[in-house]
Amino acid sequence: MKKLICLILIVVIVFSFTACKGQTQEEKSSDGISGGSSEIAGIAVEDLKVGFIYIGDENEGYTAAHYYGAKAMQEALGLKDEQLIFKWNTPEDEKCYDAAVDLAEQGCNIIFANSFNYESYIIQAAKEYPQVQFCHATGNQAKSSGLSNMHNYFTSVYESRYVSGVVAGMKLNEMISEGTITEQQAVIGYVGAFPFAEVISGYTSFYLGVKSVCPSATMKVTYTNDWSSFDLEKEAAEALIADGCVLISQHSDTTGPATACEAKGVPVVGYNISMISVAPTQALTSASIDWAPYVTYATECMINGEEIVVDWCRGYADGADKITELNESAVAEGTAEKVAEVEEAIKSGTLHVFDTSTWTVKGETLTSYQDDNGNEYIYDGYFHESELASAPAFNLIIDGITAIE
Amino acid sequence: MQKQNHAVYKEPLFRVSKREELSLWRAWLIRICAILISLIVCAAVIYFLTKLNPIQVYEAIFEGALGTEKRTWVTLRDSLILLCIAVAITPAFKMKFWNVGAEGQVLMGGLVTAAIMIYAGDALPSIILFPVMLLASALAGLLWGFMPAVFKAKWNTNETLFTLMLNYVAMQLVSFCIVFWENPAGSNAVGIINSITEAGWFKPLFGLTYGWNVIIVLVITIVMYAYLKYTKQGYEIAVVGESENTARYAGINVKKVIMRTMAISGALCGIAGFILVSGASHTISTNTAGGRGFTAIIVAWLSKLNAFVMVLVSFLLVFMEKGSIQIASQFNLNEYASDVLTGIILFFVLGCEFFIHYRVNKGHRKKEN
Repeated sequence: MKKLICLILIVVIVFSFTACKGQTQEEKSSDGISGGSSEIAGIAVEDLKVGFIYIGDENEGYTAAHYYGAKAMQEALGLKDEQLIFKWNTPEDEKCYDAAVDLAEQGCNIIFANSFNYESYIIQAAKEYPQVQFCHATGNQAKSSGLSNMHNYFTSVYESRYVSGVVAGMKLNEMISEGTITEQQAVIGYVGAFPFAEVISGYTSFYLGVKSVCPSATMKVTYTNDWSSFDLEKEAAEALIADGCVLISQHSDTTGPATACEAKGVPVVGYNISMISVAPTQALTSASIDWAPYVTYATECMINGEEIVVDWCRGYADGADKITELNESAVAEGTAEKVAEVEEAIKSGTLHVFDTSTWTVKGETLTSYQDDNGNEYIYDGYFHESELASAPAFNLIIDGITAIE
Repeated sequence: MQKQNHAVYKEPLFRVSKREELSLWRAWLIRICAILISLIVCAAVIYFLTKLNPIQVYEAIFEGALGTEKRTWVTLRDSLILLCIAVAITPAFKMKFWNVGAEGQVLMGGLVTAAIMIYAGDALPSIILFPVMLLASALAGLLWGFMPAVFKAKWNTNETLFTLMLNYVAMQLVSFCIVFWENPAGSNAVGIINSITEAGWFKPLFGLTYGWNVIIVLVITIVMYAYLKYTKQGYEIAVVGESENTARYAGINVKKVIMRTMAISGALCGIAGFILVSGASHTISTNTAGGRGFTAIIVAWLSKLNAFVMVLVSFLLVFMEKGSIQIASQFNLNEYASDVLTGIILFFVLGCEFFIHYRVNKGHRKKEN
């Protein structure tokens, strides 16, 4: 009896799989045609609905920064609360796809998603809802996906990291001149999330900022392999301090490093949000992104019926990057003046963060760097970060930095 | 007077005695009352903590889980997977074999499925691909369930620890494989597998996206119910569970039953992993099982190992989970809010079982005149 049931089951399964196969192929070919057209008509402000998919909630710095950007957009364009729909704490798996589909079904015209590993799920949803615009922060596949309603955005965060590096460098100089450390002991510890371009580009620009004022500084980097783990980040910072690092910075989302630094009495430069409340005596400042310019731009495009660019990346000059307030009780004297000077140079374009005369790889100055697609990044004497695509591309380990994987 | 009082045998305030079997409708009446009371308590908690209208919050939970056809299907999809795992671990628990390794068994099934999708997804035709994935995932789960069973049967090792540890082995294996499969490089995640060709994805059945999930899980549930209730092997499992000595006395080969049952349990968990990866997530990560292997234990015990009650319980849990996403988005209530509500409901549902099985009498103190 049981064997019979088994046999019937297997036959049914095998038959149905094959029966459905032909059908779906036909569907796909018709999809391809409808997906191509994307004539966007302007949408009245009061009819607009905007969706947001967030990796965390307001208690987590990275998402908080995105949320403030969304609220600033709401104020600037005069949207009502019910026109903004937020999906909090969305994991990077099929739940992200579920969330995107759910927002589209709720009538959202444009959907923003803020985490790197959401990308393939957002692309899947973008395929199914060609009339909805999808904007994915930090990603890099919008162009290659070929979908007209899929967009990537990021900011030139390396600029704010460079400026925060200058703040850190001033602090190191102060420590050297006070005799707390020698020039050779000016070692920075950096808590990174994952060993890929976004993080590498970030810590390189931070280090170049430090070196521009404190030439003897070197840097050690460790990875937590997690975007947001308070414990891992705190432990990583403690390990770096034990290893002789005298200043800590981070590319990760929690206040773990700042907590460790406050306890050990080591200066710290944070990310996303001001860490002063966590480390009142040690936090110098934080490199930060203002997402409002993009979110406002993309939503305005919907109202005006304009196409949103595939890759958007702006920096200091457009107000998309900044550092958070300087902690007057912790930063070195004259920091504010120096920061203002560097910011002005970045805005006016006289200072290029990845100026090839300031860094070497294995003792050599680079004159050429090509990505996998053969695009040249180095010309006019600097590495043109984030100009070809919004996602960072700089993934070289420069001299003076030791990455511990 | 006082002195006398002390001398008298002291009656407790309440006396608890075992009830005779309650009639079915009265038992269910008590359960329904318990759920109603729990909803009232939840309403009070919602109101006093957040000052929101509880009715609106309930509406939002309902909207979030079943508000649209899509949402209903997502709720259904996730309840089916939870149900499948709960059904899979049932024979082991009926045998009093504490299989807390469902998480790892599911993960192994998922891992093997993902591997086949990645390496053979485009090479094999669907007619071969799906049976291969089904079989391979069942085998992987079987291996993960069979190992602790062999050690238990032969050397009487502790199965709880063994199965628990294997969960972590499975997670490490997945992390290891992600190193090779990660896409894009450095992201430490696999992303959607075969997102363009959709090879190895469940195809819609009768126009339903999750039609296959429904069919496979329902078949497993019904067959398992029949297996445990009507077959000789099912009876053997029950006897071993009640008393190994009795089983031995009755001539049942206990070792064989343990190994066979765990093989079945593990294989079904592996199939749950197959459904999860091929029929829902299309990716693999250490979070793919997502704690479902443990939640399923709650489902199984809450249902007293009755496969059909499990349908209700797993639906209730997923219903609350999906509702929680909606109340987070609508009222800015943190998702933990719904965990609190689920906790209150479970407290009452579990608590009412006590009143179904026991009678509570007020201790009658002797009146002194």
